[in-house]
Amino acid sequence: MIDSSVVLTGQAIAYTLYVLVIMILIGWFAYKVTRVGKNSIIKPALFYSFVGLLVIIGVSLHIVTYNTIPWASMDLNRDDIKPDKVFNINVENHQFKLPSEKLIINSGEKVLFNVTSNDLTYGFGLFREDNSMVFQMQVVPGHMNDILWRFDKPAVYTIRSTEYSGPKGNDMIVKNAVEVIETNNFD
Amino acid sequence: MSFLKTLIYGEQGLFKPDTLTPMQKMTLRFVVIGLIYYGFAVVEGMIMRVHLVTPVPTVDTNQYYAILTAHPLVGIFGSTYPIVFGAFLFLVPFLMKKPLWSIKLANWTAALIGFGTLTFWLAGFISEYAPLYTLYWPLPADFTQFNPLGGSFFILGIALVMVGTVFFVINIFKTITYTPQGWEKQPGGALIASALGISGIKNLFRKKKEEHLVSLPVAAIARGTVDTALNAGIILFTGVLILIYMLSYFFGYDLKHSSIDALLYKNWFWWGLDLIADGMVLIFVAGTWYLLATLITGKKLYMENIARAALLVELVVSWTVWSHHLLSDQAQPGILKVVSGEMVTAFELITQGLAFFITLVTLWSARPLQMNNPLKFLLGGLLGFALAVPAGIMQADIGLNRILHNTQWIVGPHVHVAVLVGLTMTLYSAIYFLFPILTNGAKLYSQKLATFHFWAHLLGGIGMGAFMGMAGLKGMLRRTLYFNGEFNLYMILAALAGSLLLFSFIAFFFNIVMSVGLKGVIGIFMPAKLKTKDLLPAEK
Repeated sequence: MIDSSVVLTGQAIAYTLYVLVIMILIGWFAYKVTRVGKNSIIKPALFYSFVGLLVIIGVSLHIVTYNTIPWASMDLNRDDIKPDKVFNINVENHQFKLPSEKLIINSGEKVLFNVTSNDLTYGFGLFREDNSMVFQMQVVPGHMNDILWRFDKPAVYTIRSTEYSGPKGNDMIVKNAVEVIETNNFD
Repeated sequence: MSFLKTLIYGEQGLFKPDTLTPMQKMTLRFVVIGLIYYGFAVVEGMIMRVHLVTPVPTVDTNQYYAILTAHPLVGIFGSTYPIVFGAFLFLVPFLMKKPLWSIKLANWTAALIGFGTLTFWLAGFISEYAPLYTLYWPLPADFTQFNPLGGSFFILGIALVMVGTVFFVINIFKTITYTPQGWEKQPGGALIASALGISGIKNLFRKKKEEHLVSLPVAAIARGTVDTALNAGIILFTGVLILIYMLSYFFGYDLKHSSIDALLYKNWFWWGLDLIADGMVLIFVAGTWYLLATLITGKKLYMENIARAALLVELVVSWTVWSHHLLSDQAQPGILKVVSGEMVTAFELITQGLAFFITLVTLWSARPLQMNNPLKFLLGGLLGFALAVPAGIMQADIGLNRILHNTQWIVGPHVHVAVLVGLTMTLYSAIYFLFPILTNGAKLYSQKLATFHFWAHLLGGIGMGAFMGMAGLKGMLRRTLYFNGEFNLYMILAALAGSLLLFSFIAFFFNIVMSVGLKGVIGIFMPAKLKTKDLLPAEK
């Protein structure tokens, strides 16, 4: 599965290019609007073409991401996918209660994290050693909060609450709680 | 004039509060209240920016989160609401060429918002009540972390703001529909139907089209006011719910948190909050762009009928868009995530894109224009939304939300660029435009300061949003404190950009005070000497 950091890099490039284009456009407009120009009438055809472009962008964005970001379809269809491993995690009094001290995952496995809150609304996210995020979800009390993820590379991840649950929630970090190991270690 | 004399009497002594009508005074009171609370929000923002670089010794974690809770509420309810309400309470009568229904009620709105904001701000500051504006259940009723007495005053303050908001809503709709004394009977029903777009929908099925009875900006104000009213209802209801838990606690009853479904509550609350973020703000801003473009150019709005229809679409979109805040809630039904969270949200790209295009073309049609303060700030406002709306559409995607939700990306390139660059620069454009009208020709103290205000605000707003966004893409969460310098480079750059915003506000505030003088500012809050319901004094 494509790594989430690759998706973020792609997004950063696309959005940066867009920002540069729109800033240049407004700068150009600000200059030209103060000058005498020949043609000040904009034909409706240009307007309707612009509307069409907006519709195409608005609709195609989600179709493109659904078909290129693997976890999008996996998330919506997770009830129909059998996980290789399930971790049941409880959260209470601003503390994660893990099924074991370290959650070990074999490389290539699809893992379901099933997180339950007994009091407040929290978040559940995995973070790399450089503090970048792998994924996150909300943990709402009284409801099932589960996320399916496939891990393809050996790595160590930290669990962190990604939702504000009062000042005490700032310390909800379990360092290096998840470890993905090469499959052939068990061969 | 010496510096001291200008400070007391204003630039060239031109501003004379005694010559103001009650309507002018009422509007200026709103503006002053809004600007003071904007100053509060900027200072709070800077404290947090510095704290994210290096902990401020006098601000502990509890106080930090109390500031984080108050900051957006002061910014929206204490600052944006009064500036927008004041402007619209002046503009609706101005555009409809009839007196405001009640100046007294408008003054009550200003007082309630001013006092209510001070109440909840103080309650947060003293008691450190910090459930954030999101109020995710059951956090606002978690009395192991928060003092219920402080929380009660906090909720009371918000409730006062909401009562003031309800007064504003009544005043706007009554002004559109009522018949002033001595006037021919006004068609109230037809006027409200035109303002809300009902007659426009009927026109689609009629051979003989009816004329629009209210102008496009009034229609925009009316439609945005519908969302304002609905939101006030949601917030008041939520406040009462939290108060019940607090009062029960005082009387020794420990009500079960599980009696309220946390996910249902979250849906309810975001439905209400998006009436502001994705309804009222976008509709009011589009309406203000259209009004400013026509006032600056003196030309008719390009594609006016489509703009009018798009405002109605935006209103309906704002009622059905909330689920993009719950894309990371796994219990939220998938159909709501896709339809409301992704598809309906994408409509905002279209409606806001239309408003952007129509405004630019209207300006273009009047070339050459003079690059004055209202035009400059209007272009800044347009740029702000052109940057922030696509950033929002990206995060309203099931795939991308998984790695963006609750990061600094959300609050940087989307929220702060939309609010600070898009919304605030649009409001500044209106303030610069209305300043000579509301002050009977007072002169701006310094154009150089106004130019500095523009550039510092624009660069500060975009810069801060950009550096926060970069940190977000690297995994930095919002609403989270980092103590080991994990994201220090981005946070230092964001703080430097934030300080530009602070300096720009100081320049603007100083410029306005020097323009009207301290005596003038006090005079705005004194009772008006002219007894008239007219907007402006009669010309001599």
